[in-house]
Amino acid sequence: MANLSVNIGPLRLQNPVLTASGTFGYGEEFEDLMDINSLGGIIVKGTSLHPRQGNPAPRMVETPSGMLNAVGLQNKGVDHFIEHIYPRIAKKYTSEIIVNVAGSCVSDYVEVCEKLAPLDRIRAIEVNISCPNVKQGGMAFGTTCEGAAEVTKAVRQKWPKALIMKLSPNVTSIVDIAKAAEAEGADSVSLINTLMGMAIDVKRRRPYLSTITGGLSGPAVRPVAVRMVWQVAKAVGIPVIGLGGIASTDDALQFIMAGATAIQIGTANFINPRISQEVAAGLEQYCQENGLNDISEIRGIV
Amino acid sequence: MRVVSIGHIADSYALIKLSPLSGSLPEGIQPGQFAQIEIPDSKSTFLRRPISICMADYDADQIWLLVRNAGQGTSHMVNSSVGDIYNVLLPLGHGFSLPSKQGDSVLLVGGGVGVAPLLYFGKVLFEQGYKPVFALGARSAKDLLLLDEFKKYGPVHVSTEDGSAGEKGLITCNSVFASEISDIACCGPTPMMKAVAGIAASRGINCEVSLENMMACGLGACLCCVEDTADGNVCVCKNGPVFNINQLKWQI
Repeated sequence: MANLSVNIGPLRLQNPVLTASGTFGYGEEFEDLMDINSLGGIIVKGTSLHPRQGNPAPRMVETPSGMLNAVGLQNKGVDHFIEHIYPRIAKKYTSEIIVNVAGSCVSDYVEVCEKLAPLDRIRAIEVNISCPNVKQGGMAFGTTCEGAAEVTKAVRQKWPKALIMKLSPNVTSIVDIAKAAEAEGADSVSLINTLMGMAIDVKRRRPYLSTITGGLSGPAVRPVAVRMVWQVAKAVGIPVIGLGGIASTDDALQFIMAGATAIQIGTANFINPRISQEVAAGLEQYCQENGLNDISEIRGIV
Repeated sequence: MRVVSIGHIADSYALIKLSPLSGSLPEGIQPGQFAQIEIPDSKSTFLRRPISICMADYDADQIWLLVRNAGQGTSHMVNSSVGDIYNVLLPLGHGFSLPSKQGDSVLLVGGGVGVAPLLYFGKVLFEQGYKPVFALGARSAKDLLLLDEFKKYGPVHVSTEDGSAGEKGLITCNSVFASEISDIACCGPTPMMKAVAGIAASRGINCEVSLENMMACGLGACLCCVEDTADGNVCVCKNGPVFNINQLKWQI
């Protein structure tokens, strides 16, 4: 059997398949439909220092091969996660549990990390500096090298475990942002978050989303994501986690061949709730059929 | 699931009956719950389509879906053929509650294609000894759906906007509302549900409505379909689609 395990800094995943933050709840929403423990890990919903109500409805509109969302990081805050959700999921799941950390200012990010640090089953965080749907913070940090560096540096001082920075594609050079995160000690970068987009209801002559603009995800963004992963993987020495429209094993292989060490499945979970498990099995089958001893043999071969 | 029969109603509706490819229907489908239907081979209908369960027929191992051709996804469904296969997730969400007393006078108010979940709810109420009464509204006679099915479970009062069947006017003006009512279950266009909720609130009638906010996952994971409630923003797909009106922050 081929080795599918991969390392993200100090974090070892049993296989490269993760679920993307905001598309998989806390795993529990899917546990009747699939085996969560077949995955490398799950990345739970963006978690902020204080509870957030998110944006008003409507928050979603379907677009060709994708969707726009403007959820706006609705969550009950880190204390609720630690008290009510973590004890349950830490007991149930053997796959890695990665927390996506959201913040409006640098001190918010740091404080959330400090609260999460004692949880022994949380061996990695993904820091969201790329949410296009919140007014303060979020993407603001991820669109300049200085902003990305500032958050990475501050979090790095308080977070000794695996640190993943989630990058925005809404920038001139995602390579420069990735390098800035690497220089400040990030163990990995994940990309891409959603592409900022907009859709208008011409009958009503107004935008579909309450926030006017939102984040585009789904297969529509995949070629952009593959290109960015390919560019970043060539430019940095840390592992890259690829995401953006992955809906099949072949899609996941594209990202790995472009240089990704691990991949995340996001919007596709909404259409096929078992897709992440199927892709994990599909990667193993691909290795067998192609005589690979280790998934890393095809990493970055393009 | 496989399409075992499809009946076309007027120009734009279809009653689709589906059976599992193997095994039987999942136990305990509640009236008011819904199914998420994957539309095959379509790039423009990327997400599943949430459709309320019109009937769960355990004797025949079938679910019924009443579908109005309102876009590309529902158009595909309305144009299905017997033998077509759909990937279906069900049952999802939280359905209607049974009224507290069997003697209660329960009014089931439906508008347009929104009558769908009231058929199954009416059947369950009837079988459990309640006496459901239906108030069904539509634009015109051709948009009144499944009247003969509803009549199996209770009296049916009808309103049409053009007066082509039943009383002329909106369903909320139907004379059945003058009777004594203890509970209302309602599904239809939002303005209709708000009007019904207004009547219920003013008369102290216990009232549940079924919402249909735009959904993505249907599982409570993506937080796209939220409704502002007494508990803050909650998922219509998971905490609903059926809500008691006293949970909602509607201006009525």
